[in-house]
Order: sequence, then structure tokens, then C-alpha cells
Amino acid sequence: MNAMVKPELICPAGTPAALRSAVDAGADAVYCGYQNATNARNFVGLNFTPEEMENSIRYAHEGGTKVLITLNTFPPAGKVELWKEMVDLSARLGADACIVADIAVAAYIRDNHPDMRIHLSVQAAASSPEAIEYYVREFGVKRVVLPRIMTVSEIRDLLKEIPCEVETFIFGNHGLMVEGRCSLTTYVTGQSTNMDGACSPAACVKYERADDGSMSTILGDYMIDRFGPEETAGYPTICKGRYKCDARDGGYYAFEEPVSLNASNMLPDLITAGVHAFKIEGRQRSKAYVKKVVAAFREAVDSIMAGQEPKLADLIALTEGQKQTEGALKTKKWR
Amino acid sequence: MASEPQSSRLGAGPGGFAFAPPLPLFLLNPILKRIVHRIAVQNPDMFDRLGPHRHAYFLIDPVDIPFMLYLRPDPEALDFRAVGRRNPPPHAARISGKFLDLLTLMDTEQDGDALFFSRDLIVTGDTEAVVCLRNALDDVDDPIAESVADMFGPPGRAALNALRRAAENAQKRKGAK
Repeated sequence: MNAMVKPELICPAGTPAALRSAVDAGADAVYCGYQNATNARNFVGLNFTPEEMENSIRYAHEGGTKVLITLNTFPPAGKVELWKEMVDLSARLGADACIVADIAVAAYIRDNHPDMRIHLSVQAAASSPEAIEYYVREFGVKRVVLPRIMTVSEIRDLLKEIPCEVETFIFGNHGLMVEGRCSLTTYVTGQSTNMDGACSPAACVKYERADDGSMSTILGDYMIDRFGPEETAGYPTICKGRYKCDARDGGYYAFEEPVSLNASNMLPDLITAGVHAFKIEGRQRSKAYVKKVVAAFREAVDSIMAGQEPKLADLIALTEGQKQTEGALKTKKWR
Repeated sequence: MASEPQSSRLGAGPGGFAFAPPLPLFLLNPILKRIVHRIAVQNPDMFDRLGPHRHAYFLIDPVDIPFMLYLRPDPEALDFRAVGRRNPPPHAARISGKFLDLLTLMDTEQDGDALFFSRDLIVTGDTEAVVCLRNALDDVDDPIAESVADMFGPPGRAALNALRRAAENAQKRKGAK
């Protein structure tokens, strides 16, 4: 076996305060985006102004932490200028990499900012050696963020065949739908996750409570779930909705269940597989979440690298629906 | 306005309200006004995250105390006062939870989504306004609960520490269930 390479811990930040929490908790890199459609967490009240980004990059670099900027949506026809402006801004501010999904954005970085690292977003959904080699060859991609549909064994085999780094999700929202190709929210809200950066925008979400304590989640004009008085809840996304269908009795989670990925127990396997970076999802979450999750995984990764049994903090309270899974990392039949 | 049903999980319970008001409301309101103005002065950038929702009224409902809080986070026209439970004033959104859970949110020790998942936090009304308020309050470095406690010197800090211990114990009891 080759000597283990210590994976970078890539942590989320939706606000400057969350970024500072991530840096202070031991993040190797923080990923964050601007307050516009160029990033796939384009939620109201979230993200960074150019001035906040500049100050945050300075803070991160002083703490030895990299900043990766998410430009990971797909520009609609005629609107690519905004993405180019954000690339130029990121280069000017000294970002360490841009995380991109769209080939036009990648080509713009390649041609205009050859020193800028390009990380291929999970939104690009590249998972085969051929697809990844294409991105590396044509755009100089340095790292690919893998979709959450691969087992550890598949990741290990993939790493033997590709000429770039690999980043895998280890905690947070479990979006098993192939990101970048999911249009569910568009059908209901008219806004696109992939082009507007907003899955289930809050303006389209309503929670209705009934006298018995149950709660209905309404997205647009549709009820997508109803939680009993004692049931835990999940995010208001269609992929996590519960539906009635002829083949099932009662409500049925047709796509996915409200559950979070937690790969704590699989960290040693992922490290020996050669994964270069571990990603924590959650730019929409609070700095309390960032602080707790980053600190927990910092300690776990450091323990493993020191040859010790990792101490795995109990993070169940922070998971969606207070349920967690190792997902496809362990088995394709995880449900 | 539609009625706001109580949760079976949340509520004062048969023993009445767990936290009694320290003062009558007419004496409490000047203190609340002072608190919100101090927080606004300390964190002027916070309001940018609210966008148009800075003009909205939020009803903050600590279900285990006998009154609610009424907030308009508009730096040009700040309003923060205690209101009775019988006739809640018009509001864009209502945020309900146990007092200690709301306190730990303000103390940046709790994640709002986690409280929502566990059904310990209830949101009704304009979800976008609530999300903006949450993001605005979360983007301050010094916990707001701590800033408020500091305003009252050593007694304030002692009270916050006592409440933190109570919140920690409540958390442990919840985890043990």
C-alpha cells in the first residue's frame, strides 16, 4: 500500500462568520460563493459580497486555509458575462480555486486565468475515467468532486485511471439525484437549481400546521410532505418529498428519504483509497453546524493519520430528519 | 389571520409556564428597546442580509413564557417589544420554540435547521423572511446572547451562564430520551 496522503478537509460557509468558524475549527479549505446565480446555493440572505469575499480570503489565508469559490451553475444563453465577471473577481481577490460545472466557464478560466486552479463541481456529474480525462485534457481541471453515487471500491478503481485529484462528500445533504441534471424544482417553482442556483427557494416554501400538531410542507402549489406530530422533518425539496402512489400504502418517499450522509466510519477506507479531499456539505447551515461538524471531522482525520482509532463525534442531531446513512459509498442498495 | 395552533411537542404544559417574566411588560419593553438598539449599533452590516424583509414584523414565540416578542429588524425604524398571547399583532412570520432553544440559537450554540428537523422549532408565515432573519443573526461573530448579557454587567453574565447550564441540561435530557 502507498503511504497515506492526508486528505484536505473542505468546509462550507454561507456567511463570513461561518467562514471564520470553519477556519478556526481547522478547515484546510473553505468553499463559498457570491450573492448571485453563479453559485448553486443562491439563497436569500446567504453568500458573500465582493468586499466580504476579499476580507474573508484574507482571514482564511492568514489562518493557512484556502478559499475555493463556487461558480458551479450553468449560465443560461446570453448571460455568461456574469460568470466571467465572477471568475475575474475571484482571480483578483486571490481565490485558491474556482469550482465550476459549465465548460464555457472552465474554458474562460483556462484562457484568461491560466494560474487559477479549476475544480470540477459535483454539478458536472463526471464519474467515468473518460469524462474526467476529457475535463483534465481540455480545461486543465486539477480536481473532480465526485457525485454521491459511487462506492468506495469504484472510487479506488477510478483513482487508478485518472490524472487529477478526487474530492468526495463525507457529511451533509444526501443528494443522490445526479446533481446538475435534476430539474425537479424547476417544474414546481419555475426557478432552476442548475441555472438560478436555488433548489426550493424559500419564497416558494410554506409550512402549515394543523390542530393535531402535524405539519405540511408546501412547495409552490403542491404539498410535498406531511409530518405527524412526533415525526422528524426534512428539507422542503421534491426529491425528499413523500407521495401517494397506487403501488404503495400511505405516503412513500419515491426518490429519497430525508436523511444525511455521514461517512465517519468510512474515512479510513476513503483515505486508503487515495481520496485527496473530503467535503462537508452545508453552506445553508448555521455557523454552529459548521463549527461542530468541522471540528468533529478535523479530529477524526487527524486521529486516523496519526494511526489512532478515530474519535467520531455524535452528529445525529445535525442530520436531516435526524437520520444518517453511509449511502452509496457503502452499497448501491443503501435504501 | 389564521389561528396559530400549538404543537403537541411545544407548549407551556400542564405545569404552566416554565419561565415567568421577571418584570411586567410595561417595564420590560424599555429594556428590550435598549437591547435591540445596542445590537443594531454593534452589528450594522447584519441588516443587509434581510433585504426587503427588514420591514417585516416577526413574532417570536417562546412557548414556555407567558408573552411573545414582536420584532421589526429595520435599522431605520427598529421595534422590539413584548406582546401578550391573547391577540398577537399582525406579523409576516412566526417563530416558535422553547425559550432555552431560542436562547441557544441566539448564543450560536444551536443550528436552526437541526431544531427544525427535530420539530423543536416551528416556522409559519413567510419562510423567506425567516430564512433571511436567521442568516442575518448568524452572521455576527459575538453571540447576540452574550452581547445582551454584557449590557447588564456581572449579573447579566451570571444569568446567561445559568441559562446556558439549564440549556445544556435540557439538551442532555433530550438526548437521553
